[in-house]
Amino acid sequence: MEKRAVPMRQQEVEERIKNFDEVPLGYSEEEAIREASRCLQCAKYPCVSGCSVQISIPAFIKVLKEKNFQKAIDIIHEADSLPAVTGRVCPQEEQCQAVCVLKKIGEPICIGRLERFLSDWELKNRKKCLKPAQASGKKVAIIGSGPAGLACSADLAKKGYQVTVFEGFHKFGGVLSYGIPAFRLPKEIVESEIEYLQGLGVKLVPNFLVGRVKTIEDLFKDGYQAVFVGAGAGLPNFMGIPGENLNGIYSANEYLTRVNLMKAYKYPEYDTPVKKGKNAAVIGGGNVAMDSARTAVRLGAEHVYLIYRRSEKEMPAREEEIIRAHEEGVEFNLLTNPVRYIGDKDGFVRHVECIKMELCEPDASGRRRPVEVKGSEFTIDLDQVVVAVGNTPNPIIQRTTPGLKTKKYGEIEADESGKTSMPGVFAGGDIVTGAATVITAMGAGKAAAEAIDNYIRNLKYRK
Amino acid sequence: MFKIIDKYQLGPKISYALIEAPLIAAKAKAGQFVILRLSEKGERIPLTIADFDRSKGTITLVFQELGKTTGALAAMKSGDCIMDLLGPQGNPTEIENFGNAVVVGGGIGIAPVYPLARELKEAGNQVTAIIGYRSKEYVFWEEKMRSVSTHLLIATNDGSYGGKGFVTDVLKKLMDKGERIDRVFAIGPAIMMKAVAELTRTKNISTIVSLNSLMVCGMGMCGACRVSVDNKTHFTCMDGPDFDAHKVDFDELMKRLDTYKQEEQV
Repeated sequence: MEKRAVPMRQQEVEERIKNFDEVPLGYSEEEAIREASRCLQCAKYPCVSGCSVQISIPAFIKVLKEKNFQKAIDIIHEADSLPAVTGRVCPQEEQCQAVCVLKKIGEPICIGRLERFLSDWELKNRKKCLKPAQASGKKVAIIGSGPAGLACSADLAKKGYQVTVFEGFHKFGGVLSYGIPAFRLPKEIVESEIEYLQGLGVKLVPNFLVGRVKTIEDLFKDGYQAVFVGAGAGLPNFMGIPGENLNGIYSANEYLTRVNLMKAYKYPEYDTPVKKGKNAAVIGGGNVAMDSARTAVRLGAEHVYLIYRRSEKEMPAREEEIIRAHEEGVEFNLLTNPVRYIGDKDGFVRHVECIKMELCEPDASGRRRPVEVKGSEFTIDLDQVVVAVGNTPNPIIQRTTPGLKTKKYGEIEADESGKTSMPGVFAGGDIVTGAATVITAMGAGKAAAEAIDNYIRNLKYRK
Repeated sequence: MFKIIDKYQLGPKISYALIEAPLIAAKAKAGQFVILRLSEKGERIPLTIADFDRSKGTITLVFQELGKTTGALAAMKSGDCIMDLLGPQGNPTEIENFGNAVVVGGGIGIAPVYPLARELKEAGNQVTAIIGYRSKEYVFWEEKMRSVSTHLLIATNDGSYGGKGFVTDVLKKLMDKGERIDRVFAIGPAIMMKAVAELTRTKNISTIVSLNSLMVCGMGMCGACRVSVDNKTHFTCMDGPDFDAHKVDFDELMKRLDTYKQEEQV
């Protein structure tokens, strides 16, 4: 029994900081089979319950080991419509792999890497003739083409519904397209996963912002029997400190959208510019902050400072991303918080004044609360800042749908199945929970697909 | 794809485009805008909706060739298609019967003033329109503007048509004459809107401006268009584009409009 996982090859640091290509290179067939062979096929398979969409993990690993890759990916597809995405961006170390029994004696099975191997194999060997399920003729509208909406649309299409996904942007995928950088999730992968959904019969409409061009009420009038809102946590937070609107200060959403969706890293071949700071600071400690910092490295910054008010231990980012950020030369300024930004006469940011923090008793999140150390202010010279301190739900749907109940930060009120305060309207993902992960959003989309199916089946009994 | 039905030049570097966009036309109201993208490598830019015809399913854009995208759009012909068009975005201008409304338009800002004046007049207002051009050569939509206003006052910077001077000179004369003005709306270059705001502040006349911030998404997710209003940050696309002119930090807006000046010169 091999206790250690088969390592995955990755781009060397010196190379990868000069490009936007994917960092981990994936398993070869031989490596995947070797890793799969470590699976004990244990009786209790805790990994399945560790997965937000309950993939039959031991089952796919078993057939993978037998080299039946098609069967293996089919098993994954039953539960997960975007395996090439989840295989890359899921925090498996906190989910399926966290509960793997192998952890007692060594390293857990690398479920994510195996999932990625299979989905990449499938993308290369995909047969054109996916058969859409027999259409029931019943229409469901999905608002937002991010992970929640895509997962919901796939499951509904498989159940025979006529599904239309409405997306505000010109490209589909939501955060998968605009947010997560190509070095973590290549954009061709997102596109092929979306093609897979189209193969299932899902119709996707770009440049269509529900709330503006049509309201939810209009969609019901157009004959949709149910609506799923997966509009995401799209509204970027700022800290509200002086100077935050100086030129060169971006929300992470704007910075990443310019670079990922609009391909500003290829400016001027692509029309959208982005400031390429020599000295850039990223504020925050989550995955989005790591993505922003590593993007700034690739855009040629000489110094990239990550400014975070707690210590590294409290960072919400995946460990893997923190390690890579360190490897790529991001300079961590921990227990530090920006207080104000100082600009030049033309309005461009030139300095940030920071204050040192120390950790006190735990707060509501269970993490130790950071407080300012009096008199510890200091200044960093810089010419670019990316603010990555979280997002709140996009308010367009809520503002244009009277009667839809919301919570404190504008999250749509919904139960576990996605049911909202309005009949026929379901919601899931970040618009309900606030910013979370791709896979929890997909789990919510799947749950809502079940609930929508039940709701529509029972419609005939309504008086 | 959105087909261009008609396309011609209105003046030097100023173009008119009539576009087939029935869903947008069905919902559009004065004050709203679209975001467009012309090609796979293109950028997203906001343009104010200059007019719309619900029955024909069309919207009108009037734009000045300022950068790469507006240049490419100007080079397109009837029959060509716009790849991506998102809208109507932003909040419609709040229209009611204010009494005596003055609408001020400068340059291509005159185009969106047209549906605004029309809606104000339909709501029962006396509408005085003050429109300013660089010179006679730049004059467009004079008759259209006349048809929707009670009084039409024209100025050109060089005096080659109408009165000589800026729109603010005309507005100041009205104010000095003691004419009753219940509300002012101003659309045009930031510097013009700032000047109007400073002028009407002296007499405490309620004034609305339509801001032309830089934008990427146009739907509240990026914050490129943030603007300080009453010392609070707002997103032009979600909270505007109309704001109380007396509370807008125009100096910050103008600096932010120049963010990519350096890149644009490359």
